[in-house]
Amino acid sequence: MTNRILAIIKKEIKQIRRDKRLLFVLFFFPVFLLIIFGYAVNYDVQNVKLAIMDNDRTATSRKLIRSISSSSYFEIVEYYENDKRGKEILDEGIAKGVMIIPKGLEKDIYSGREKINVQILIDGVDGNSATIIQNYSLAAIYAFNNKLNQEVSQKIGFKITPPIDLKSRFWFNPLLETTIYLIPGLIALILIVTAVVTVSLSLVREKELGTIEQINVSSLSIFELLIGKLTPYVIISFVNAIIILIAGFILFGVIVNGSYVLLFLSTLLFLFASTAIGIFISVISDSQQVAFSLATFVSLLPATLLSGFIFPIESMPEIIQWSTNITPAKYFIVALRSIIIKGTGLQAFWEQWLYMFLFATVFLLLAMIKNQKNLKNL
Amino acid sequence: MFSIEVKNLRKEFGEFVAVNNISFNVKSGTIFGFLGANGAGKTTAIKMMSGILEPTSGDAVIGGFSITNNPNEVKLIIGYMSQRFSLYNDLSVGENIDFFGGVYGLSGKEIQKRKEWVLEIANLKNQEKVLTGSLPGGIKQRLAIGTAVIHKPSILFLDEPTSGVDPLSRRSFWELIHNLSSEGVTVLVTTHYLEEAEYCDDIILMDAGEIIANGSAKEMKEKYLKNDILEVECSDVIAGLEVLEKQNFVEESSIFGNNIHISVNENLTEKSQIKDLMESTYNIKVKRVEKIVPTLEDVFIHLLEKRKNDK
Repeated sequence: MTNRILAIIKKEIKQIRRDKRLLFVLFFFPVFLLIIFGYAVNYDVQNVKLAIMDNDRTATSRKLIRSISSSSYFEIVEYYENDKRGKEILDEGIAKGVMIIPKGLEKDIYSGREKINVQILIDGVDGNSATIIQNYSLAAIYAFNNKLNQEVSQKIGFKITPPIDLKSRFWFNPLLETTIYLIPGLIALILIVTAVVTVSLSLVREKELGTIEQINVSSLSIFELLIGKLTPYVIISFVNAIIILIAGFILFGVIVNGSYVLLFLSTLLFLFASTAIGIFISVISDSQQVAFSLATFVSLLPATLLSGFIFPIESMPEIIQWSTNITPAKYFIVALRSIIIKGTGLQAFWEQWLYMFLFATVFLLLAMIKNQKNLKNL
Repeated sequence: MFSIEVKNLRKEFGEFVAVNNISFNVKSGTIFGFLGANGAGKTTAIKMMSGILEPTSGDAVIGGFSITNNPNEVKLIIGYMSQRFSLYNDLSVGENIDFFGGVYGLSGKEIQKRKEWVLEIANLKNQEKVLTGSLPGGIKQRLAIGTAVIHKPSILFLDEPTSGVDPLSRRSFWELIHNLSSEGVTVLVTTHYLEEAEYCDDIILMDAGEIIANGSAKEMKEKYLKNDILEVECSDVIAGLEVLEKQNFVEESSIFGNNIHISVNENLTEKSQIKDLMESTYNIKVKRVEKIVPTLEDVFIHLLEKRKNDK
């Protein structure tokens, strides 16, 4: 039995080695995706362009402006004179926000007026960034207020401190870097796409060429055939995972905090589930073209949109949340984030293992049922 | 002693009956021809006999093993080659042999031994490293049959092994089949080249999933063609055919190349009748009227026409 499996593994490796296009896709694809996602997909908002209309022009208003511009969050691109220009700036996208400092700011502050309004108009097209800009400017104003209070109280010989000060620290990803959050999802995405696409193509190719018949008339069992055909791709997937982890470390400083053994086992389970999808697709498609379209559609789309890779599942409507179960990437990402970022043990993600196992079983069963009429014709 | 015994084998695909309860036996060590038009059910039947396809009902005993009860034992003793020469074009000749040897469970040593033999029959000595995709069709076909018998099966199924191969390669391929058969291998081969059927010891003819004739080529000609076949060479084949069709002494007529073949009954007393009739009444010049030995093609056209008329 081992001889026969070995014969298939050897043959498959020779074919892969000779297929330059496939090799390119297999090894270039992960690095390419890593660079694209690592550098382009970034929720960190920095250097937001801001324009300011300073109607007050006093030492205090300049101090306010300085405290805003000194952070790395804002970059002041223009000081303008009238409302008409302010509208222009937002319309043409010269800045993401305009801040209007009212006339008499300094006077009002020192005369103890209750409420002084500084206005900020934010470009709300990209809601996510807009909210972040709002929070940054709130924080900047809050810091300015505090500073001012302290100055004033010192002058009159009083020491006033705010009753509560919130000290927050971010665990697991202290600098809230997007890449650290993205890399586990990226591993899942790349592995599922390469596994589903290559497995289904390699099986359907045999169907297309008719070589599957030749294999079927030999005494090779379906089990031996699948083990032989899948092993090389599982190994390639592991190599891919290692490439991403190394590139992630070199380019973005991502390190694995948890156990490598758990990482290996989780990946193995995930590949089991992904190849099960690949097998199912190869059963229902007759040509490599159909298999390729189906495989990319079925693997790529859910793994990007529904897996929690980029968009958090908790904020989706309930029915969509339910549909996220169609991709094993969802479970794998949870496990990977636990292992890589948090460094936690199996107790944090054993359910994910169970799900992946169930997922694989269900798809293999479906493939078998679909294939039953013509059991040997995969 | 029979190597293949088929009993009421039937295969349905939904409503469609591809193979309709066929039964026949194949003697050990003979070459058995399976003839019929495309879609007659040959491939379906051969796939069932080689264990790729499960029959709807009926059974076949291949080398003593039932395809329904012991499909795995059947697989160990048969070889199979389809019209597609299922080889990997992106593997070299040697790699293809290694792969199929491995799949059939041969050890490395056995594979090496058999490899020499396969290379020899495929005329590929010292060309192990050549990519299979670059080989001409005839050579590929020989390599395919070599890999199909790498495990020395006692029964060999060939499904249209010569389709798409030039006549010269076809001839030498049949020599190869004869060699295998003389070594005791039972060969069952499907083809729609009727002249190839003459190379077979026994033949069955299939149409629409049923066997409509069986026997050796000689037996078939005697059994199914009671009438004489005449070959008529005339100046206008189409007009000649139209005339002859209507005559009461003509049972069947068809065009063979530049000639017309007619099967005639007792209403015809003299060959010269034909020449007189066509030249005087219809002004068609007749060069030659000759009684010929019928080919299998004559037999099959006769059988298929008859079947069509009976329906």
